[in-house]
Amino acid sequence: MSPRPGYVLEVDRSTPPVLFWNGEGYLLEKLPPERSRVIYPPDPLHPLEDPIAKIRHALDHPMGDSQPLETLLHPDMRLTIAFDDVSLPLPAMQAPDARQLVIEQVLEMAAEAGVEDVVLLAALSLHRRMTEAELRHALGNRVYNAFEPHGLLLQHDAEDPDGLILLGTTDHGEEVEINRRAATSDLLVYVNINLVPMDGGHKSVATGLASYRSVRHHHNAHTMTHSRSFMDMDHSELHSANWRMGRFIRESGVKVFQIETTLNTNAFPSQFSFLQRREWEWTPRDRAGFFASSKALALMGDRTRRTLFHSIKAPMQLTSVQAGEVEAVHQSTLTNVFDQQLVHVDGQTDILTMGLPYISPYNVNSIMNPILVACLGLGYLFNMYRGKPLVREGGVVIMRHPTPWAFNTTHHPSYIDFFEEVLADTTDPVQISKYEEAYATDPWYIQLYRTGHAYHGVHPFYMWYWCAHALEHLSSVIVIGGDRRAVKRLGFRPASTLDDALEMAEDSVGSQPTITHIRVPPLMMAEVS
Amino acid sequence: MKGLLFERNIPRIAASRVMSKLTHSGKGVAIGPLRLTDIDEPVLPGPHWVRVKPILAGICGSDLSLLDGKGSRYYESMVSFPFVPGHEVVGTVEERGTDGNVVQKRVVVEPVLTCVTRGIDPPCPACAAGDTGQCSGITTGHLHPGLMTGYCADTGGGWSTAGLVAHETQIHTVPNTMDDTDAVMVEPVACAIHAALSVPTEPETLVGVIGSGTLGLTVVAALREFTATGRIVAAAKYPHQRQLAMQLGADAAPGPDGFAREIRRTRHSTVVGKSLPAGADVIFDCVGSQATLEQALSVLRPGGRAVLVGMGYRTAVDLAPLWHRELAIQGSYTYGTETLHGKRVRTFDLAIDLASRLELGRLVSAAYPLERYEDAVEHAAGAGSRGAVKIVFDLQRKIGHGSSQHA
Ligand SMILES: [Zn+2]
Ligand SMILES: [Zn+2]
Repeated sequence: MSPRPGYVLEVDRSTPPVLFWNGEGYLLEKLPPERSRVIYPPDPLHPLEDPIAKIRHALDHPMGDSQPLETLLHPDMRLTIAFDDVSLPLPAMQAPDARQLVIEQVLEMAAEAGVEDVVLLAALSLHRRMTEAELRHALGNRVYNAFEPHGLLLQHDAEDPDGLILLGTTDHGEEVEINRRAATSDLLVYVNINLVPMDGGHKSVATGLASYRSVRHHHNAHTMTHSRSFMDMDHSELHSANWRMGRFIRESGVKVFQIETTLNTNAFPSQFSFLQRREWEWTPRDRAGFFASSKALALMGDRTRRTLFHSIKAPMQLTSVQAGEVEAVHQSTLTNVFDQQLVHVDGQTDILTMGLPYISPYNVNSIMNPILVACLGLGYLFNMYRGKPLVREGGVVIMRHPTPWAFNTTHHPSYIDFFEEVLADTTDPVQISKYEEAYATDPWYIQLYRTGHAYHGVHPFYMWYWCAHALEHLSSVIVIGGDRRAVKRLGFRPASTLDDALEMAEDSVGSQPTITHIRVPPLMMAEVS
Repeated sequence: MKGLLFERNIPRIAASRVMSKLTHSGKGVAIGPLRLTDIDEPVLPGPHWVRVKPILAGICGSDLSLLDGKGSRYYESMVSFPFVPGHEVVGTVEERGTDGNVVQKRVVVEPVLTCVTRGIDPPCPACAAGDTGQCSGITTGHLHPGLMTGYCADTGGGWSTAGLVAHETQIHTVPNTMDDTDAVMVEPVACAIHAALSVPTEPETLVGVIGSGTLGLTVVAALREFTATGRIVAAAKYPHQRQLAMQLGADAAPGPDGFAREIRRTRHSTVVGKSLPAGADVIFDCVGSQATLEQALSVLRPGGRAVLVGMGYRTAVDLAPLWHRELAIQGSYTYGTETLHGKRVRTFDLAIDLASRLELGRLVSAAYPLERYEDAVEHAAGAGSRGAVKIVFDLQRKIGHGSSQHA
């Protein structure tokens, strides 16, 4: 039996309350009957039965014009294996991680071919450096122990003048500057985890291994307002720029062997099964689990609760592996991502509601600060559509999250300043860009990015640019249950209950508005007709 | 006539210290060495002295530290007991008009008891140069010891309806257009101006001001009005302080934990240990605690200068950054004569101008009658957290009657 596809539930009087995530917690909300609908993601796809064999098969039978990996390996070559960083997947998957499974196979082949010069490279882009525990989790202890002690496990440094190489400039004037080791290797193998459609393709190398000088050409307010959405490659300026730069990299002679993997949406272990299940199908055990866990969470301190959630490892499993030439591989990957995530939805509504969970790509093992709250809601979830957004132009997004005025000072130092200086001045994505250079070139942020575990100084700007399309599209954004001061600083309206929020939204969209609630995570992508 | 008298009473001071440790600053007053009592008018010490009847008298941070017993013993030989506190005073003196009638003239008192007031002739070199705040005669001459009016047994002080006596050189006429509340701010504003002008500043100078109580806010105002200082960052703990700091000329007024970040960001400095290799040029510490001095030293650039504007105190501070980064710590006490645009001007004249022009009476948050001195002192000690800045005594019950404006 094949897994059930996504489902759009029309809410009527008999519909049970619906689960809303609320940061490090969740609750049940009753949506107005007869004018609300709830979108449920498809059930998790069946995993690959023999993932190792499937990986071997992909390496031996590459897509596009690529030769099998085995034939690309020879003893006196320089081989670099780049891999996605800690921002993927969400939540972290139970060991063994997909990266470990793939990299072990690649290394085995390289060993068979007698390759001696092999380097592993975490493709951080402008993200924070990974910790030892995170690297061990992604790669497995065997790989970590074989490479790290010899200085052969590197993390990309977008600010290392000696570690970058300027390959040239595209016909659009974009400077293409990427990791020197990767660019000067005889072969660059890139190992992806493709959680959302935006991940992978030419973006892997063109962004993941690029410098700030290079990334700024597409990570900006203009590109993001012209990416509708950036999850839909045919309508994404972000995508076009990355593809231009990726092709430029290929034409510069950098040989990339792309490996992309997709996972099913088994996001939560069995004790949290109710988080995956549609409310009317909750078993007595699900209901008990929901109430018991809600009660326990309410009694915990913030720190304990955060530690608990971030220690959750998802029982996700591989659903596909494809390898070879970048563009061919990515086409196939997208099919597999859409198989898992696509839900067909009829038309738009006045309001889109969402309960935001405790995690986004940029706060793994960290605090979801207000900027990341905005980015998860308006950057990621709003943009998980093809066709047109789930909410009409001039509509309202209502999201639920405690939105504390809190920051992880190690991971997000420039976010604090961004929140206090930039957003205090303006929340307009175009206006904020006047501050960008000062943050991007700030030597202290650069030092913390390079030597600590800090996101690059410019990163909060990107989070805000991510929101640009939504901010332009919507007439207002309401946050339920957030720190009022923090919510206002974001330029959003605070509400204490869903009823209050719906009433406030009527100022913008009129009375008796129609409502869509997306029941995420697990992630889904709406195909809106 | 009633007045608040501060007596030398060691057990009471000690008890006050214990109390203020147990509760919070200002609570100690209930059992402290201050009491409300009948007081006679002080005797005029000489021919050039006049009587001043206070209208408003402010409560200063130095008064509070004296009352809660936290003050340094350094000052012990520079005060004489018993005394009536109150050195921020606007009051009236009687004058005979041209028509022969007695008229009341409003004045502010410059409280420092200099060589001239003490009958010391010739005056000490500091007094001779006009730098009266540095006078070395404060324990000699024909008055009992006392840094200033409000700490001297002979002069009386502002916290009394019996009034005080002032030497004619201590008296400054209040312009008719100036409010009583603006006028009572003149003395603290003079302190702020003296501090602001004590270090050279230029348009490139980055100044930090720690503390946004009366001193901090008026230092911001003085820097903005009388110096070329470029960017002023004021650390302000409470929302009303933040708002006032911005109104008075600060470019940014972050909370205490945002202060160092703001300085760092302005200069795009890296951080070495806890110090900023490119930090502020000057920090005015208007709080005066171990924590604020340490913060000042950490956010200064090498070669930078910390100015202690708040009352001096006894503390333990790590001087390693001072040594290694060649920092300077400088005190700033009262006022005297300033050099402004090449001219020598009395600080008090500048202060009258500034307090009047910027209507600094807006910093006066509450006025109390003497009978409620315990409430007043408690309010002053917790001013920031209670949304207040300056607390004053209303000796003639004028503020309540809305008649503080003199025509
Ligand atoms: Zn004073
Ligand atoms: Zn003298």
